[in-house]
Amino acid sequence: MKKNMLTLAVGSLLAIAAIQGCKPKNASDAVSGNAGIKAYVAPGKYDEFYNFVSGGFSGQMSCYGLPSGRLLRVIPVFAVDPEKGWGYSEETKPMLNTSHGFIPWDDLHHTEMSQTNGEVDGRWVFGNANNTPRVARIDLKTFRTAEIIELPNSAGNHSSPFITENTEYVVAGTRFSVPSDNANGDVPINTYKQNFKGYLSFISVGKEKGNMDIAFQLECPGVNFDLSHAGKGKSHGWFFFSCYNTEQANTLLEVNASQKDKDFIMAVNWKKAEEYIKAGKGKKTAVKYAHNIYNESTHTATSEIRTEVLVLDTKEFADICYMIPCPKSPHGCDVDPSGEFIVGSGKLAALIPVFSFDKLQKAIADKAYDGQFEGINVIKYEAALYGEVKKPGLGPLHTEFDGKGNAYTTFFVSSEVVKWNIKDLKVLDRVPTFYSVGHLCIPGGDSKNPFGKYLIAYNKITKDRYLPTGPELAQSAQLFDISGDKMEMILDFPTIGEPHYAQAAPAELIRKNQTKIFKIAENKHPYVTNGEGQSKVVREGNKVHVYMTAIRSHFAPDNIEGIKLGDEVYFHVTNLEQDWDVPHGFAIKGAANAELLIMPGETQTLKWTPDRVGIIPIYCTDFCSALHQEMQGYVRVSAANSTVPIQFSLGTNFPKEVAPAK
Amino acid sequence: MKKIAAILSMSVILLATACGGSDPSAQSANGEAPKSMVPDAEKYDPKRGEGKWTPENLTLKPTLDEASVSLGESIAAVKCTSCHKSTEEKLVGPGWKGVTQRRKPEWIMNFITNPDPMIDKDPEAQAMLELCLVRMPNQSLTDTEARNILEYMRKNDGVK
Repeated sequence: MKKNMLTLAVGSLLAIAAIQGCKPKNASDAVSGNAGIKAYVAPGKYDEFYNFVSGGFSGQMSCYGLPSGRLLRVIPVFAVDPEKGWGYSEETKPMLNTSHGFIPWDDLHHTEMSQTNGEVDGRWVFGNANNTPRVARIDLKTFRTAEIIELPNSAGNHSSPFITENTEYVVAGTRFSVPSDNANGDVPINTYKQNFKGYLSFISVGKEKGNMDIAFQLECPGVNFDLSHAGKGKSHGWFFFSCYNTEQANTLLEVNASQKDKDFIMAVNWKKAEEYIKAGKGKKTAVKYAHNIYNESTHTATSEIRTEVLVLDTKEFADICYMIPCPKSPHGCDVDPSGEFIVGSGKLAALIPVFSFDKLQKAIADKAYDGQFEGINVIKYEAALYGEVKKPGLGPLHTEFDGKGNAYTTFFVSSEVVKWNIKDLKVLDRVPTFYSVGHLCIPGGDSKNPFGKYLIAYNKITKDRYLPTGPELAQSAQLFDISGDKMEMILDFPTIGEPHYAQAAPAELIRKNQTKIFKIAENKHPYVTNGEGQSKVVREGNKVHVYMTAIRSHFAPDNIEGIKLGDEVYFHVTNLEQDWDVPHGFAIKGAANAELLIMPGETQTLKWTPDRVGIIPIYCTDFCSALHQEMQGYVRVSAANSTVPIQFSLGTNFPKEVAPAK
Repeated sequence: MKKIAAILSMSVILLATACGGSDPSAQSANGEAPKSMVPDAEKYDPKRGEGKWTPENLTLKPTLDEASVSLGESIAAVKCTSCHKSTEEKLVGPGWKGVTQRRKPEWIMNFITNPDPMIDKDPEAQAMLELCLVRMPNQSLTDTEARNILEYMRKNDGVK
């Protein structure tokens, strides 16, 4: 037996080595004997942390418990989710509206939790749409998307949705520079340098309800804005954006955007920009973008197309933006808990530069400039540099902090996480990841007050880590205990989509605020049915509105006649339950649509266009009681010229059954 | 050997948690199992049920409060009558006719505001569950709503 195991182990190691050229050396030692206990959460027990993970190209956000890695919920955000009726029910369709119309999918890269005084407050989590630029706000009382705002003048909203320390703003920096929306965009692509601009959007967030509004946009030179983080503490009022392709190439960026030895981290004094906006310096610019809000009282989303945005041209204001040279196409741009240190991660570099906020301020005061880039002052590298972490690994990407003076940086090329001391820049520990880590997350790890304890590495490649599932393999996360001096791997767990950035917070910050039901008395849906007695079917021309209720275990009405071909039928289903964890589902045969999943006290609407004459069943899709299988009904569809009147009932047959002939 | 140690310690965790309360929703923040609200089943009073209502804090006037009846009837239309008829006929749950004679008012008030613990303990409620096979849902009634429904039930049973 032992021998077999050994053979197996050696065999797999060889196989791994064959597949994986630059595989970390010590895979077999990566997990120590009792590591599993640290990630074990007994049945019925709760995890310590909520972990909000970007769903990447699934367009959604996923929520895991830590340290168990158990998937708790997939929150639909930018992609339709038939399981939850998201983007299918009449109420949720407007959430996915954009200036391009309804869009069923996007690519969600980064999550960021709201903060108060630089600390994670557990109220909202934001997500970015990378393809059709948008920012979403998820309400952590309901774990639902509450609001989505589109971003004009943008393309590839990658440098987003990072926030300031009191959630004053969520930023959205465009990855692709493009001609502005109101310029004539019909220009040769190779006129990038003249015609393409990069826009940074500052989205204000309402203090109480969190409602988002584009306060202003900064028009910047055409480059690729990659990632960003806000200053905090002493650097509150500043934002730092990594930029690459300062070569301003428009083709074969792989080569052409990697020419320069240094690109930039752009430091933005947003308080100064705010002053200019208040002084009326912003230019009103005609654009088109959607702003979508879900109302928990009407249980309905509304989408408004807005047509104007305030723009500041940063070339005209020398004291908003400053370029800090940063080696080799910087990717991650992370600020330590004190707000003093800004860590730039050049993804093709073999060192990590750490910049000092104090030195940056002094450099600006002393005008320690090294010329300009497209009208923006370039700070001398040494004038802003605190120091470099030498030979940390290959291809640094992202850095998070533990609040104990340590930074943790991921290395894609050398596939490892490296722990280093922020003050003396000495490497303290390194662990391999399996494989090719991208982002990482420490609970509160980009805030003023990290919670520490765990580190999660989000890997780009899993290869041999799980049972194979055909050509497409699981995406994965790896959990490390960082409470000691050495990082210790304690768990692998698969994730949905491709996980990019993630955030985590102690469970008690969020758990206590959960909405359990919607109060039926407060339901302001225009088609609510307040009790079975009010259920009805109403014809308005070829539109038929069914006011239906659901409670364990029947629909009212459950027999409907008088529907005709050519009708559009709207089932407005109100769940009369007032108990936690009793949703009802609703589905109708042949509907070119999804199901509804209706929470207690909520009303949701499914549109159905019958396509044939006959008897069409409906049923509850979410197992609700011992008599769930009885929760069903029939709809009779007649020909377009039929004279069958609208009739509906529950518990009585109609028309009266004809007695069989004697 | 290490593996055996791991399995052993996992079993210890399992054993340690096996005797706790089984309702995770009632767990305290640190994951500890809660202490039951009621000391034990033997102290269950089948006449009063379990909940905040007692003969002392529930006063009924001999005559009806018509305003309360009308409020009770409308809240029942939203939250109750999908399953309960005002006659003796059973729908999903039993008909309401005669309920105020069958049960003490405090039992009714406790049952409609606190159904889950009572379905778990009350012999009459359990017998009803065997018949109906659907646990009466907690409809999140406020105290006032529950009291109005009780008044409506009294009217339904002929109190003037």
